[in-house]
Amino acid sequence: MTKTITELEEIARKCRVEIVKMVHRAQAGHPGGSLSEIDLLSALYATRMRVRPSEPDWFDRDRFILSKGHASPGMYAILAEMGFISHEDLKSYRVLGGVCQGHVDMKWCPGVDFSAGSLGMGLSFGMGCASAARLDKSERRAFVMIGDGEMQEGSVWEAAMAAAHHELGNLKVILDRNRIQNDDFCEEQMRMFDIAAKWKAFGWNVKEINGHDMNEIMEGLDFLEAPENCHGPSILIAHTIKGGGISYMENNPSFHGAAPNDEQFHQAMVELGEVKA
Amino acid sequence: MTRMAATRDGYGQALLDLADNDKIVVLEADLGKSTKSLHFRKEYPDRTISCGIGEQNMLLVGAGLAASGYIPFASTFAIFTERAFEQMRNGVARPNLAVHLCGSHGGTHTGTDGSSAQSIEDLAVFRTLPNVVVMHPCDDVSTRELTMQLPDLGKPSYMRTARNKTPVLYDGREDEIKIGRGVVLREGYDVAIIACGVLVSESLKAAESLAEEGINATVVDMHTLKPIDGELIDSLVAQCGALVTAEDHNVIGGLGSAVAEYIVSNSYAPLEMVGVPDRFGESGQADEMLEVMGISAPYIARAAKEAISRK
Repeated sequence: MTKTITELEEIARKCRVEIVKMVHRAQAGHPGGSLSEIDLLSALYATRMRVRPSEPDWFDRDRFILSKGHASPGMYAILAEMGFISHEDLKSYRVLGGVCQGHVDMKWCPGVDFSAGSLGMGLSFGMGCASAARLDKSERRAFVMIGDGEMQEGSVWEAAMAAAHHELGNLKVILDRNRIQNDDFCEEQMRMFDIAAKWKAFGWNVKEINGHDMNEIMEGLDFLEAPENCHGPSILIAHTIKGGGISYMENNPSFHGAAPNDEQFHQAMVELGEVKA
Repeated sequence: MTRMAATRDGYGQALLDLADNDKIVVLEADLGKSTKSLHFRKEYPDRTISCGIGEQNMLLVGAGLAASGYIPFASTFAIFTERAFEQMRNGVARPNLAVHLCGSHGGTHTGTDGSSAQSIEDLAVFRTLPNVVVMHPCDDVSTRELTMQLPDLGKPSYMRTARNKTPVLYDGREDEIKIGRGVVLREGYDVAIIACGVLVSESLKAAESLAEEGINATVVDMHTLKPIDGELIDSLVAQCGALVTAEDHNVIGGLGSAVAEYIVSNSYAPLEMVGVPDRFGESGQADEMLEVMGISAPYIARAAKEAISRK
């Protein structure tokens, strides 16, 4: 599962193209959080996840839980890139009967391990998966991606406390710290103060990285997998840019949950190198 | 003399009896001593997961375990299961993961802790969730039997148990208990009383008093509210022509509602619903609470006569 940094960046670029296409086609959805998470998802799936795309239900696979389940275009894009679903399936995003439901759904889409969409639930589910792996004496891990706005849900901290108490070293969290939530910037909605200190105080191994720098992402994933960090749960705080990669979406709260128009779509394809200006 | 026992003890015993299946795991939220999962914890600490006082987390840890091939049994007070309603809705019922949730201390019968601990709406809220089986057994034997059947259910469930002791009705009759099938405990032709939980024995008392007045009542233990046993209700309508429901639960949304929903589009009969009259409880002994709420045997008997008068 070795990939060069350039190869990983190209995977992420292709996924960005698909994200924008999905949201534009559906004229609905969540591009901002999909774009902020996609470098992380690309590196995670392309280099770390022990999965079999042709056998999505393989029992001893690593689990991945996109707790911020509305950022589904990013998930679908990487699942298509990995071969869990086809690129044709991506056209079913938000379409009746489609594999790509509005929010990721384990009953609809191969490769999706949890039906998310309601914030604050994925970490607890991941703790259940990690607990099962421990009972099975299996090496499989549970990776969970949460959002920063999501940390305002109290249930996140129930899970954070419980996972540390039970020393679940096979539970790995990636925080997409993109600083924007539905209504506004997180700091306006609910100040979070020192996020790293919070997780440390709950008993977690913590590392902060730039979530758009592939070298740092790989170091961060190394940190999550390091044997010395497998005695308890670990979290990678990835500082990202909401809408990252599309100039007019970057740091723009209005693209948390809005689709680009035709002109904006064209501009995005130009910026991503898909078409000429 | 009738043996007295609490349904929660039947739950605790069943967990122990199920323990040979190494896929059974128990989840607690600091109330194992009360819900009676503590016996399992003592014998099988490796398969017991403490979630602290965190019900929302507990339900979804259960979902993750169920998605990984385990059969989780989670319990807390009925009232606190409601805090995790959306977890049950979105993380358990929606993906149809077989997490088995037990809410003990249900109903006003819970007694002196008062209204904050007396869940009167749990059966209603969980009944609204697709895929979820909802049960409220009346004695420790039937609670044990129903719990023992859950590993084969293959879908999520909610079971309400009670804190306080009630008469044991099923000693030696274990074979009659099946999820989804009501049990006829007494047969009459004038009226059918359909009850669940602690009001089953009250309904039997009501039937005895009615018999003294020459009224013969059927009494049914409808321990499974969802799926409701429609076939049995059809036969009760045909046989008695008048129905009463009895439950220690808000009259809105529970067993009475389930029976009403069924008969309006199937075989119609007049129905009187005995239940908590859409109000909260207060501190009091269990028997006092049934009186205060107007759901004890005399009230059930009165409702039976009312139903008969509407034939």
